[in-house]
Amino acid sequence: MEFKTYSSPHLPVSNSVTAMMQRVLIALLPGTACVTWIFGWGIVINILLASLTALLAEAAILALRKRPVTTLRDGSALVTGVLLALALPPLAPWWIPVIGSLFAIVIAKQLYGGLGYNPFNPAMAGYVVLLISFPLELTLWSAPGAQLGFSDALIQVFTGALPADQTLDTLTMATPMDNIKTRLGLSETLSEIHGSPLFGDFAGAGWEWINLWFLLGGLWLLQMKVIQWHIPVGMLGGMACIAFVFYAINPDVFTTPLFQLFSGAAMLGAFFIATDPVSACTTPRGRLYYGLGIGLLTYIIRTWGGYPDGVAFAVLLMNMAAPTIDHYTRPRVFGHDK
Amino acid sequence: MVKSAASFSRPSVAAFNRLHTFHGGLKLPGHREVSATRPISSAGVPAVLILPLQQHIGAPAECLVQPGDTVYKGQLIAQQVGAISAAVHASSSGTVLAVEERPVPHPSGLQAPCIIIETDGLDRYRDNNVTPLDYSRMAPDEICAHIRRAGIVGLGGAGFPTQAKLGCGKHDIDLLLINAVECEPYISCDNRLIQERAAEVIEGVRILQHAVQADNCIIAIEDGMAVAEQALRTTLAAGNETGIKVTRIPEIYPSGGERQLIKVLTGHEVPSQGFPADIGIICQNVGTAAAVYNAIIKQQPLLSRIVTVTGDGVVQPQNFETLIGTPVSHLVAAAGGYTQDVERLLIGGPMMGYTVPVDNIPVTKTLNCILAVTREEMPAPPPAQACIRCGKCTEVCPADLLPQQLYWYARSSNQDAAQDYNLFDCIECGCCAYVCPSHIPLVQYYRHAKAEIWSSEKQTKSSDIARQRHEAHLNRLDRIKQERAERMAKKKQALSSDGGSSDKKKAAIAAALERVKHKKELADAPPKNVENLTAEQQQLIIAVDKRRQQKNDTE
Repeated sequence: MEFKTYSSPHLPVSNSVTAMMQRVLIALLPGTACVTWIFGWGIVINILLASLTALLAEAAILALRKRPVTTLRDGSALVTGVLLALALPPLAPWWIPVIGSLFAIVIAKQLYGGLGYNPFNPAMAGYVVLLISFPLELTLWSAPGAQLGFSDALIQVFTGALPADQTLDTLTMATPMDNIKTRLGLSETLSEIHGSPLFGDFAGAGWEWINLWFLLGGLWLLQMKVIQWHIPVGMLGGMACIAFVFYAINPDVFTTPLFQLFSGAAMLGAFFIATDPVSACTTPRGRLYYGLGIGLLTYIIRTWGGYPDGVAFAVLLMNMAAPTIDHYTRPRVFGHDK
Repeated sequence: MVKSAASFSRPSVAAFNRLHTFHGGLKLPGHREVSATRPISSAGVPAVLILPLQQHIGAPAECLVQPGDTVYKGQLIAQQVGAISAAVHASSSGTVLAVEERPVPHPSGLQAPCIIIETDGLDRYRDNNVTPLDYSRMAPDEICAHIRRAGIVGLGGAGFPTQAKLGCGKHDIDLLLINAVECEPYISCDNRLIQERAAEVIEGVRILQHAVQADNCIIAIEDGMAVAEQALRTTLAAGNETGIKVTRIPEIYPSGGERQLIKVLTGHEVPSQGFPADIGIICQNVGTAAAVYNAIIKQQPLLSRIVTVTGDGVVQPQNFETLIGTPVSHLVAAAGGYTQDVERLLIGGPMMGYTVPVDNIPVTKTLNCILAVTREEMPAPPPAQACIRCGKCTEVCPADLLPQQLYWYARSSNQDAAQDYNLFDCIECGCCAYVCPSHIPLVQYYRHAKAEIWSSEKQTKSSDIARQRHEAHLNRLDRIKQERAERMAKKKQALSSDGGSSDKKKAAIAAALERVKHKKELADAPPKNVENLTAEQQQLIIAVDKRRQQKNDTE
């Protein structure tokens, strides 16, 4: 009798990349639903466009590289598309998610060798390219609640035409962080700024809820052990600490730590973007530092930089530092002296 | 760097009172109930026994028998060679059929020299009357000698010769640790052994404790082994034993690994390049303790062991008291044979065990489990995908390594980096590969990388030797050449530097000429005593001259 031979361990596999990516997508659902609730169908259209482009681009490049197209099943391209779309404003024209997605998959991911080999977070690379190339289109955030119906949104995305009673000016509105930046520049104090309807209970109106739901999804990912605590804790902790220091120094000019944590892409960034394992640090201690760096850089860019939010830049900057951080944070091996 | 034993900090006795943890590890599905609930039964005497000369770490034993020899049960048939080696005994009576290469339980599937015995079914010893030894009156090295003669090796899996590990008297031991932690799923041989023979186990432990002169002794047992634990406690209580402690530890794979177990019980880490004895600890498997009991009390060498035969691929999973050398096929037949859909045959547990293509291999001293599994139970691994550096492997690695980094270095054959990341601290427990979402056979990569490094080290060594030889050869050629050149130069000098020597020659020639001249003069000189001759004498001379003349003329 001849038996089959395999390498150890022999117990059935307990995990898969596909399952991890599926869980990431599931965890994104509450936050995504909230963004859609607040900013309208444009978000859903962005997600569909970006995901479809990402999948097609990935399939095309895999075919060109003579790799099995079934690799698509790992779900990583889909996650990249969705994450990129979530960073884009709901009124952006159709070619914005398409170009961003193409850049993310083709240049930032596949040209480096595909999943596992990309040094930069593909979604953030795509987003930053869009932000630098098409700054105007990336400001097309609608005012919370001022939404288009699904068909109107479709027409707007693909043709730019708006319903007769609407103009871009009435529809769009600066995001709370943008607003703060502009008005601080005009020497207003935060207490004056906070009176505006753009602000909610503890952070930007609408945005505080979006961040809360992404936080919830992120906690579920932690619970499911898809991600580990180091990066989110590092990033949010770093952000809160530096925000607290400056808030304590001058609360008229610097926002509260709570505002920082629940504004912009803070929670999405901490649990879904910075935790992209391929481009992040891999040692436990390194991940803490990596998250910390992203938190600090995000705050610095938000407060003193030229852009209202800084998560994407912070993530890309720390991507560059990841190998070095890994090198210096190797854990002590069992039975070795440190 | 290997430090000297003296510089390691030793755990204090107080540390033995609470449990510690090691990094990583896994909670695995047990699968033990199927085999653990049935009593141990005998696998019987197979028609043929296959006894490999090497069933242990170290030098293979030296065969003492020849084909045709009759052997009795317990007879020494191969003797130990050197300090790290173990004797082999005939595990039943019969006739030696052959001494030849046979497939043995080894991941490589290679053949190795074995003694083949055709059993006579009588299973007879030479001498049935033995008196138990009183070990308490024996010196540690005396006990070790008995253990050595009994051919006992670590029965937990590694197979290190027990007497070498005990080192009787050589180490200063504070703690004897008896490992009854069967952390791998499916395996239950130690569990059943304790349940059924707790008294023998404890007596064996006492002997071991006496042999290493340790003040403290802990039997470590796992959470899921309540019945066995109770058996131990009852036996200890009945004997008013206070020197032996039973400690239950949580069921986390691989807490049965020697280094992990020591960490859990003492909080101390065995130094990377060192041994437990360096920090005053000796660790022995519970099965080994039972074997020591047999060797001292029953005065029986290691002839059998308990083997778990389990998995969905066998009809009746069970533990068997198995003679060393029993073919695996015989053992599986004793367990009711294979089921229809058996696909894989594993030696050892599902985490660190290895597959074998055939079942005509023998049970050796270290073989603790035969696992026959179906496709449904253990499907073929899905194809490996790219590493996404998720770090799951790092989370579970009990050696605190960075498996994903090691994987890159192993893959790219970057031997220096792999060693820098402490590849050789990997215990190949398989936790990393088990949790890998990309299904990368990580352990296989590490084994390959280790083998590559070993072989390149060997190559470096042999090429070093070759280079030294070559250099020596060149040096020799040079030397010979130089010597020859020197000789030639001397000669030449002798020939060419004619300054003083030509005079000598001339003198010699002159002397020679002188000698010739002198000779000639002598020849031309008139003969002596020719003056004042008498007439008769004159006549005689004339007559002689005449005859000489005549003679010369006639010739």
